[in-house]
Amino acid sequence: MGYDFDWASLQRAWPYLLQGLQMTAFLVAASMAAGMGLGTLLAITRIFAPRPVAALVAGYVNLFRSIPLILTILWIYFLMPVVLRSVTGDPNLSVGPIYAALVAFVLAESAYYCEIIRAGIGSVRAGQMQAAQSLGMSPWQAMRHVILPQAFRNMTPSLINQTIALLKDTSLVYVISLNDFLGAASKVGQRDGRVVEVYILVAVVYLVLCTAGAWWITWLQRRKAAAAI
Amino acid sequence: MNAMIEINDVSKWYGQFAVLTDCSTHVREGEVVVVCGPSGSGKSTLIKTVNALEPIQRGSITVNGIQVCDPKTDLPKLRSRVGMVFQHFELFPHLSVMENLVLAQVQVLKRSHAEAVERGLRMLDRVGLSTHKDKFPGQLSGGQQQRVAIARALSMDPIVMLFDEPTSALDPEMVGEVLDVMVKLAREGMTMMVVTHEMGFARQVSDRVIFMDQGRIVEDCSSDEFFGRPESRAPRAQDFLSKILAH
Repeated sequence: MGYDFDWASLQRAWPYLLQGLQMTAFLVAASMAAGMGLGTLLAITRIFAPRPVAALVAGYVNLFRSIPLILTILWIYFLMPVVLRSVTGDPNLSVGPIYAALVAFVLAESAYYCEIIRAGIGSVRAGQMQAAQSLGMSPWQAMRHVILPQAFRNMTPSLINQTIALLKDTSLVYVISLNDFLGAASKVGQRDGRVVEVYILVAVVYLVLCTAGAWWITWLQRRKAAAAI
Repeated sequence: MNAMIEINDVSKWYGQFAVLTDCSTHVREGEVVVVCGPSGSGKSTLIKTVNALEPIQRGSITVNGIQVCDPKTDLPKLRSRVGMVFQHFELFPHLSVMENLVLAQVQVLKRSHAEAVERGLRMLDRVGLSTHKDKFPGQLSGGQQQRVAIARALSMDPIVMLFDEPTSALDPEMVGEVLDVMVKLAREGMTMMVVTHEMGFARQVSDRVIFMDQGRIVEDCSSDEFFGRPESRAPRAQDFLSKILAH
């Protein structure tokens, strides 16, 4: 056990690491926003659309929940340029890794969010839809003003949970050489020969972020339990 | 007097199971009609067919001359004029009392927010709850919630009010305050169709009583006739009355 820790090299590399952290934050925020939006549409489609359409959405959800995320990222990265080239007819078209990663995350996360949101909509009493409709609201107005606000409130803990998982999953973009937090840290560690320090730092940062998220969930659940009394 | 609600030969099935069989009746303008019967007799289903919350497979229903089951009918518009009060209140728990009253006025009737608030306040005053306008439904008692639900329906200026067991989910001491509001409403001339087990209310304010059993309308007569001459009622209705009035 004669390892000499050297944390100073990390300090020097901090601006670079911060850029990586920003990339991670951007991937999480963008995938979450777009994934939740698309997931909501999918959930509503799965609940209310005619059976063949609903079955199609169910298939989509099942597909992306079954494939390892890393595979989805690789597929999108290698396939999307091929498809786009044949569609546009431009043989030199290329797709940056950041776009490929975003598309992959939005596709996969929307499948996960869809199931959470579907459960959330199911948790709202059926009488609420009847009451809204009895007041003359269209199904869409009822969804927007009555059902979804309650559904999102009920499922906030699950949504945060999924977002924590997403935060960790964004580190998979290293397979397409995107510089997220882990990617930046790996490069710094290998350049300086300080991989141990760097991976400890990375673990601590992920630990802090995820623990904060978990605490947030507990706080929300306590508040909800208190409100129910 | 014109028929506000007309129900003609309405039948409804869940798969093989007949929920409603050949139901025909009507409610005239200004009339208060009570629908009673044992649980599972189809009375809640019948009242929900009037604003098409429950679809029917056969027969026809008109409200104020408008065909409810015609696919060309603008259902949201029709429903906005037919007030409905539910057994479990169904206030929107994420909205304050006033927001509950304002939402459909603004979204459906396209009233301005100020107009909707003013109208909502008047209706809250009518049910004696204007001081609670900023509370959330969860902070009110069951009786108060149901009175808010009545005010919410009234704020849409309904031409008829449907009540689906409005007091069944209430603690006994809160039944009176809700019935008081309903009696007042009836006295003011509102057309009402009320599914209830409150025979005191039926006797006191209703013009007619409909008795249902196993999805059929067994009795349809004036309330004086229904309560005054129980011996000439159908055996099933006599049995029901003796059980419900025994205590």
